[in-house]
Amino acid sequence: MTALRKRNFLAAAILAAVLAPMGTAALFSPAATAQEGQRTFSSGYRFVEMSGEELYDNICRGCHMMDAKGATGAGSYPSLAANPNLESAGYPVTLVLRGRKAMPPFGDMMNDAQVAAVVNYLRTHFGNNYSDVVTARDVSDARH
Amino acid sequence: MYHAMTSLGFASESRYQGPVKLEGDPRGASVLVLGAGLAGMTAALELRKTGYQVQVLEFNNRAGGRNWTLRGGDSFTELGGATQTCEFEQGLYINPGPWRIPHHHRALLDYCRRLNVALEPFNQLNHNAFLHATRAFGGVPQRIRAVKADFQGQVSELLAKATRQGKLDEAVTKEDQEILLEALRSWGALDRNYSYNANLASSEFRGYARAPGGGLAAMPVPSDPVALSDLLKSRLWRYLQNFAHYNFQTTMFQPVGGMDMIGKAFAKELDGIIRCNVKVTKIEQSGRSVTVTFVDTTRPSTVETATADWCVCTIPLSILSQLPLDVSPAMKAAIDAVPYAGSVKIGLQFKRRFWEEDDAIYGGISYTDLPIRQIAYPNTGYNRGGRGVLLGAYLFDGANSYEFTAMPPEERVARAVEFGAVLHPQYKNEFENGIAVAWHRVPFTLGCSGDWSEEARKQHYANLCQIDGRIVLAGEHASALPAWQEGAILSALDAITRLHQRVVKA
Repeated sequence: MTALRKRNFLAAAILAAVLAPMGTAALFSPAATAQEGQRTFSSGYRFVEMSGEELYDNICRGCHMMDAKGATGAGSYPSLAANPNLESAGYPVTLVLRGRKAMPPFGDMMNDAQVAAVVNYLRTHFGNNYSDVVTARDVSDARH
Repeated sequence: MYHAMTSLGFASESRYQGPVKLEGDPRGASVLVLGAGLAGMTAALELRKTGYQVQVLEFNNRAGGRNWTLRGGDSFTELGGATQTCEFEQGLYINPGPWRIPHHHRALLDYCRRLNVALEPFNQLNHNAFLHATRAFGGVPQRIRAVKADFQGQVSELLAKATRQGKLDEAVTKEDQEILLEALRSWGALDRNYSYNANLASSEFRGYARAPGGGLAAMPVPSDPVALSDLLKSRLWRYLQNFAHYNFQTTMFQPVGGMDMIGKAFAKELDGIIRCNVKVTKIEQSGRSVTVTFVDTTRPSTVETATADWCVCTIPLSILSQLPLDVSPAMKAAIDAVPYAGSVKIGLQFKRRFWEEDDAIYGGISYTDLPIRQIAYPNTGYNRGGRGVLLGAYLFDGANSYEFTAMPPEERVARAVEFGAVLHPQYKNEFENGIAVAWHRVPFTLGCSGDWSEEARKQHYANLCQIDGRIVLAGEHASALPAWQEGAILSALDAITRLHQRVVKA
């Protein structure tokens, strides 16, 4: 379970037991009762969502919100909307892979294509209009 | 000697040494405590008792922090603005944060005793709860009792076979082989031929096809064990370690009436010195004092300050890392080195306690590979008519915790009902209302707990815990018991002990 960020604490061991993937990833899409119809769920520690939009909606939105404008309580989640820090694609790629401060690293939970997809989605939505495209290869290079 | 003692279980149960003794006169020194969670309130309680002038500043409109219980009538607004009002019937609750106390968390248990917080057992293992895998046994949930017995039985049979075929001759002496076989028969419920099969002995472990009764047709009928290959492929064995780990071994406890009974008991002791609704915006120190700048969240336009000789700061690192703070670069780097884990808990109220009435599940936890991962049954109010509240999902880290956090609260609840109905079809008719707390959306923590990596701990942990000038940090993030209340308390006791030594030496 390299995906467990190498923690030697109990939580990691419990996770290994509870969340270890059963073979390949699966989608759970039982008969819809919830408002938004179909939704993707991952079966293990890693995300199975592949498109930038779905990765944003199912993961990033938890903190950065539906409009990507973040939120504020005792501390804040930064706004990603019309954010000049996204101009250089390397910055968000590194952030997604390694995290920053309290933001968790997602490098072990997403593959290169997923990281590229979500960064490309962010850089072309929410008031961001950057036309250069991040490739899985770029993400792979950024891991090393 | 130490090794002998630890192997017998005497020496290393807890780092708690009993009530902290801070000797020496602080000569009226003042301390600002930031955060009225268990770490902050432990520090405040003990420092005040020692003679310090103590003031506590708290972000929420209540003390307790993550020591928190939601009951009917409570409302909670998460980051993003969604407000949920808990509609549980009076007396029913969920603990969105910590919910169980290991018997070896001696510091927390000692404070519960000293503050008269009544405890009751928390059932981590209920043999009659379920283990469930979507693609095993036709998706039918299995009783923990049967999975555990069959795993023990099948493994014992295999090992007995290897022993009797002489395959362990190099590893185990003849004399020990005989004892081993005896042990395997006893532990694995094997028959006289060391076989694990359907008989009354194995049914004593895994349950009966027809249980013993009274009168004419009283005799029990044995049940059929699951074959080894089916058991292995089901992967249900992976949940068994949830009952074996040190932190989850019996006896575990919960406070009677909700986890926040502990926070409330602390807060009662500290009446008058906790100021709520305070958002800290800056922490400065000079050689002589610490000044904290803050706003009262009920009138945020007025900036205020508080000054003291010393500061015990228990603000979660997720928030502290965003504040202007006068500390060394090494401590600042440590504060910035800790990501915060996500976690989601969902409480569901049902018209009746069907898990008890229909399924004979009294407390404990069912585990599943569905995205809800767990269903936990209330460890109180057993065998009573009327409504009940289940913990309908408990996610800690991992993909599903993010996926559930990203949903609007009402969808979290709806999904928990939808998935939970796979284990308990009664959900469909009995569900009434629910409330969902996603810790990355919690305004006072921005996450569940500090999620240290091993490398970050090596590089930064000591720097995080050092006293920096007049500031010392405390909380579960400054402990080796991440996400546990015991970690918060032990961290606070260690921090104030070192701080006090510095004060009396000065």
